[in-house]
Amino acid sequence: MDERRGSEAAPTKNPTTVERRSERELVVTRTVNGPARLVFEAWTKADLFRKWWVPRSYGLTLLSCEMDVRVGGGYRLVFSHQDSTMEFFGKYREVTPHSRLVWTNEEGDGGTTVTTVTFDEIDGKTLVVLVDLYPSKEALDADSGSTGAMPESLDQLDELLVSLRSTTTK
Amino acid sequence: MVQWAQANFDVSFGALSDATRRGVLEQLGRGDASITALAQKFHMTLTGMKKHVGVLEQAGLVTTEKVGRVRTCRLGLRHLQEEAEWIETYRQLWSARFDELDKVVETLKRKERGDGRAKRK
Repeated sequence: MDERRGSEAAPTKNPTTVERRSERELVVTRTVNGPARLVFEAWTKADLFRKWWVPRSYGLTLLSCEMDVRVGGGYRLVFSHQDSTMEFFGKYREVTPHSRLVWTNEEGDGGTTVTTVTFDEIDGKTLVVLVDLYPSKEALDADSGSTGAMPESLDQLDELLVSLRSTTTK
Repeated sequence: MVQWAQANFDVSFGALSDATRRGVLEQLGRGDASITALAQKFHMTLTGMKKHVGVLEQAGLVTTEKVGRVRTCRLGLRHLQEEAEWIETYRQLWSARFDELDKVVETLKRKERGDGRAKRK
């Protein structure tokens, strides 16, 4: 156990990939240097979650973070950015310890986006695959920007981009 | 590149954090419009709408052109021309996020090892 510590002391950063799988799906993949149970813990305990969900360099402050991680339980994140505040909230649909989380993003008015995260442990490391599934392409087009937090604000860019493309390629 | 993307993200994020501005973008997605028309549509003063359009313009999301006395707004494509570019910004967010997650997990691992040594279960 101890001889392994040397190589683990300076873990290398693994690549992160993002792929648009369809009009409705976006997939993020990354290997995290730790066992699935710890990654799951970092994802489900609010005090740990808030340490990493908002990267320091992004100029955002997470004002509050409430998470009731069980099926039917809710979460609510409140961010401030410059002079505005945003809230993002939803419910956990599936909670399978150490392997799978599914939650809804309900702040948008164009329908509910569902996020599924799976954790697959391989040799002490964990492959994390996160899939955002939009309710429909139509909802995505119509809802030009309300679905949420950091990724969700990027969803806004995404939605915008889709509508940009549909207007520029007419 | 990284700094550019983050600065860009920051400006875009600010621009999109307002419901009216999102509405304006949606509106412009359907067709170009003058500031006057937008102000009417969103029940707002001309000055108020000019401010919103200014923010969107700075973020590269909107461009404006003055012809005679009318300033026409249309969707700008400066920053968001390519989906690849957007994907890259999104990827950088997740990459930064996962880098932080790695640190949290590393701390948990150390803690566990410490506990393990103390308890020798």
